[in-house]
Amino acid sequence: MDAVPRRARADPAPVAVRALWAVAALLVTAAPAWGHAFPDHSEPRVGHTVAAAPVVRIWFDGAIEPVFSTLRVEDADKRRMDRNDARVSAGDGSLLEVSLPPLAPGRYQVFWSVVARDGHRTEGSFAFRIK
Amino acid sequence: MRSRPCAVLLWATALVMAAAGHASAHGLIGQRFFPATLTIDDPFVADELSLPTVFHIRNRGSEESPPTLQTDLSGEVSKRLSPNLGVSLGGTYTLLDPLPGKSVSGFDNMEVSLKYVFWKSAAHETLLSAGVSWDVGGTGSKKIGAESFDTVTPQLFFGKGFGDLPDAVEGLRPLALTGALGLDIPTRRFNQTISVNDDGEVEVERELNAKTMQWGFSLQYSLQYLQSFVRDVGLPTPFNRMIPIVEIAMQTPIEGPHAGRTTGTINPGVIWFGRYFQLGIEAVIPVNTMTGKNVGVLAQAHFYLDDIAPRIFTWTPFHGVLGPTRPQ
Repeated sequence: MDAVPRRARADPAPVAVRALWAVAALLVTAAPAWGHAFPDHSEPRVGHTVAAAPVVRIWFDGAIEPVFSTLRVEDADKRRMDRNDARVSAGDGSLLEVSLPPLAPGRYQVFWSVVARDGHRTEGSFAFRIK
Repeated sequence: MRSRPCAVLLWATALVMAAAGHASAHGLIGQRFFPATLTIDDPFVADELSLPTVFHIRNRGSEESPPTLQTDLSGEVSKRLSPNLGVSLGGTYTLLDPLPGKSVSGFDNMEVSLKYVFWKSAAHETLLSAGVSWDVGGTGSKKIGAESFDTVTPQLFFGKGFGDLPDAVEGLRPLALTGALGLDIPTRRFNQTISVNDDGEVEVERELNAKTMQWGFSLQYSLQYLQSFVRDVGLPTPFNRMIPIVEIAMQTPIEGPHAGRTTGTINPGVIWFGRYFQLGIEAVIPVNTMTGKNVGVLAQAHFYLDDIAPRIFTWTPFHGVLGPTRPQ
């Protein structure tokens, strides 16, 4: 079946390697940009246990609209625990924060809803614990 | 190739907008982001463009044909007509390179799809949709095996994120499952071949175009969901936006000599998603020897048109400008 020689082929490896590097560069540089605002990190960290949390802060990966952004904290019995002063930081348009009174040990749930500057709404929740 | 009055126009459109075969849609429900899957279609309707989807495999030879390198270049454009109704148009350009032998290439049939999301629950990250796709016979090239008859496929889709699992198994909350079930219904029952044998007798061969179940699943584990909603494990960029995924795509004829014989592939891979586009790559592994024995590769660039230019691409004839993809 192979009596007729197969056609010579260009080695695809260099092209593939260049393409992989291009994709890697794209991923690293493009990651911070989002149509939807998604959380980048928070204080307290998602799912972690801390000694105290006077404030909950969520940094998003893009600027958010102060008027349409909300943040609240509930305890395990679904009672609202924050000071109802959620705000977008004046110095950082991607930071949403709310103050908390001293919290008893236990599990707390953070609920957020934000609208990115381009009108995309996202929402979510996460838990943290006070030891 | 059977000519049709609208074939040229359809293909001109398909060339610009590109291809089917690897249909997909992305979407948000609750706090869950579902990426566009590469192999099976998912339950969302969206404004988006898959271009290109590249599939490459070395097909094994048989007694009648040599081993063949196959490369498919596909594209698909999807458009919402209302918040829950969407239409898609796609096509595939196939290159077949026999070893040895002369290469052949051409377009496969164009595919048009309509989908409607009829149930959704943000709290349970769940949605159900139904659709129908139409493989437009005669719009592709016979050289690469495109059929001259239409095939209609009614379909059901589901998507389910597991963010509502209890705390005891919170590590499984980033999991999501999507699925698709359809029935290929060829509009021509038999292909008939008439030939004259060595004795001068006319022979008529009839080959059944069997109805075939198309079914598949995708199992996804979103590292972005893990980081943002379950536990911040400190993943750096770009891993914090990756979704390891396994897709399973199967075909089971329900009539004819191959009835009940399932073929298909299991496709493990990874999808990365960003603001305006996502990139995905999967291995294509045959599930049995009837399917094949070689592993292929499938890669896709997928653009979120509703995020790139919401006011242009999210306009709909029935609901005006919808904004980004998001169940209402």
